[in-house]
Amino acid sequence: MTVTIVNLKVNGVDQAFMARPGTTLLLALREQLGLTGAKRGCAQGACGSCTVLLDGAPVVSCLVPATTVDGADIATVEGLADGQQLSDVQQAFLDGFATQCGFCTPGMLMSAEALLARNPDPTADEVNEAISGNVCRCTGYAPIVSAILDAAERRRNRVEATH
Amino acid sequence: MAKINPIDPDYFKDERAAPGFKVIGTTVPRSDALGHVTGRTEFFEDRTFPNLAHLKIHRSPHHHALIDSVDTSHAEQTPGVLRVLTYKDVPANWYGVLRLIGIGPDDEPVLAEDRVIYKGEPIVAVVADSEAAALEGASRVRVSYTELPAVLDVEEAMSPDAPIIKRAGTNYFVYEGHHSRRIRFGDVEAGFARADHVFDWRYSSAPIEHAPTETTGCIVVPQSNGRLLIHSNTQAAFFTLDNTALIINRAPTDLQVKGGTVGGGFGGKVDVMVEPLACIAATLTNRPVKFVYTREEEMQVSSPRAAERIYIKDGVLSDGRIVARKIMLYVDAGAYARHSPYGATKAAAHLPGPYTIPNVHADCHCVYTNRTPSSAMRGFGVTIADFAIESQMDRIARALDLDPLEFRLRNAYRDGDLKAHRKVASGTALIEVIQRAAELVGHELPEEYRAMSSTTPRGAQA
Ligand code: FES
Ligand code: FES
Repeated sequence: MTVTIVNLKVNGVDQAFMARPGTTLLLALREQLGLTGAKRGCAQGACGSCTVLLDGAPVVSCLVPATTVDGADIATVEGLADGQQLSDVQQAFLDGFATQCGFCTPGMLMSAEALLARNPDPTADEVNEAISGNVCRCTGYAPIVSAILDAAERRRNRVEATH
Repeated sequence: MAKINPIDPDYFKDERAAPGFKVIGTTVPRSDALGHVTGRTEFFEDRTFPNLAHLKIHRSPHHHALIDSVDTSHAEQTPGVLRVLTYKDVPANWYGVLRLIGIGPDDEPVLAEDRVIYKGEPIVAVVADSEAAALEGASRVRVSYTELPAVLDVEEAMSPDAPIIKRAGTNYFVYEGHHSRRIRFGDVEAGFARADHVFDWRYSSAPIEHAPTETTGCIVVPQSNGRLLIHSNTQAAFFTLDNTALIINRAPTDLQVKGGTVGGGFGGKVDVMVEPLACIAATLTNRPVKFVYTREEEMQVSSPRAAERIYIKDGVLSDGRIVARKIMLYVDAGAYARHSPYGATKAAAHLPGPYTIPNVHADCHCVYTNRTPSSAMRGFGVTIADFAIESQMDRIARALDLDPLEFRLRNAYRDGDLKAHRKVASGTALIEVIQRAAELVGHELPEEYRAMSSTTPRGAQA
């Protein structure tokens, strides 16, 4: 079996792992790099709980062959907070009770981060669109959408304050 | 009158003074939310163990069939496969989860023996070095079958000429010698004879899958002291521990369940489906073993909420009083009992709804069919019964041109009423809830209905 060495950056840190054919980015993150934030809800691209950012874009990591991410820049939920300081999206989810069981949360957060990075002032419809690939069976989505809109506002306010 | 124990206000007086006790009207963060938003919450599958083995199942493709032979030789020769388990490896193969509260018979095999009675029933478990090898091994199990006619409808299953699919000899759960959980109160036939109108309608519901985002699973790790540590996402840790101990024939003290973090349950993670086999596999291989459902298994074979079929026949007087209610209720338990006998009892306990009706007759059947076994889900037994009862109430109101709220108020139970279960109603509040709801939505009620009260005996009012 050919094993490929994959070099990449994860949450800003240089990492490397050995990938067997068939290994997905999700399993490499979880089992080889010990980053278990991204979850496996379906392993078939349907639930979004494995969402991470690949060069800034949200992907379902359960469908990404690990061998294809050599040289990539990956962001996962573990890299969102700066020490104790949560990101705006994390804080808004916390304050807005946008989590219940928490299984969908890491994927939701990454989809939300990607949205706000390219669209700092999204409408509710745009938020819905951005998380349309993320299934949440617990919350009914409403608190998640509000939290993402709230996070966008917090970010805009902070950007204004620093200008 | 039933005796009601008043709440003793002194009971909590010390707690009330405590600093953390004033929570109403304040925002209290969830204790688990920080872990959720940082990805640090530890779900069972977030643990990795060296030498972890994986367990996958070979399942029945038929609704109902005899098993003629099982050939596991190709599975055993599959690279990476460590061990193949059949029913012979399960110390006490027949079980029923409710035996812990004295409900029997044990009607379900952990792994099928000479027959399968639902599509997806587990027959062989394959333990391997990797998930891929376990799946490959499971796909190489060869089973030959003689297919039998399947019973897929509850009323068909109850008919005298239906094939009997259960080894206990009936296609229904037996409640203390009866074919159903029954209510007999007054005389419904006399009630119908006296009624100005009789309405007889049918309600049915489909199975509902919980579809938790995290699928059902566990990792069992043999400990150096000989015990088995079970990391599970069960909703019922002790229930799982006791049932697993009985199935694997070990002392409960040999097992430790670490749970509490559940990636969505909704009642769907109380069936003890994965832990016993994972424990057996871990014992036989002396390795940590993970058994987690694929998404397909979660959707296809994990127990859904039961489908139900409910017939309600009501006798109603012209003024809107219901004088008789007869209910035939069928819970489709699917192939095995699991929690369904309890669900059908809950349905019976809920009838005839929050109304005072002098004549009630109900038969609540827990029926076996060749469908996926159903089990617990949020308010099971009650939810669908309520859907049927309240739909019936709306339809009668419409048919008699009555206001649906007034129709309910007229029949609402009150403190002191004798319910069909021969319990005296107490603490009722349906009347006040309807009055308040009407007010909130601007639905005007006539004075007579606004004056009603749960604590005023029925006779004292119009
Ligand atoms: S686990 Fe990747 S989309 Fe569900
Ligand atoms: S919080 Fe449970 S799936 Fe979203």
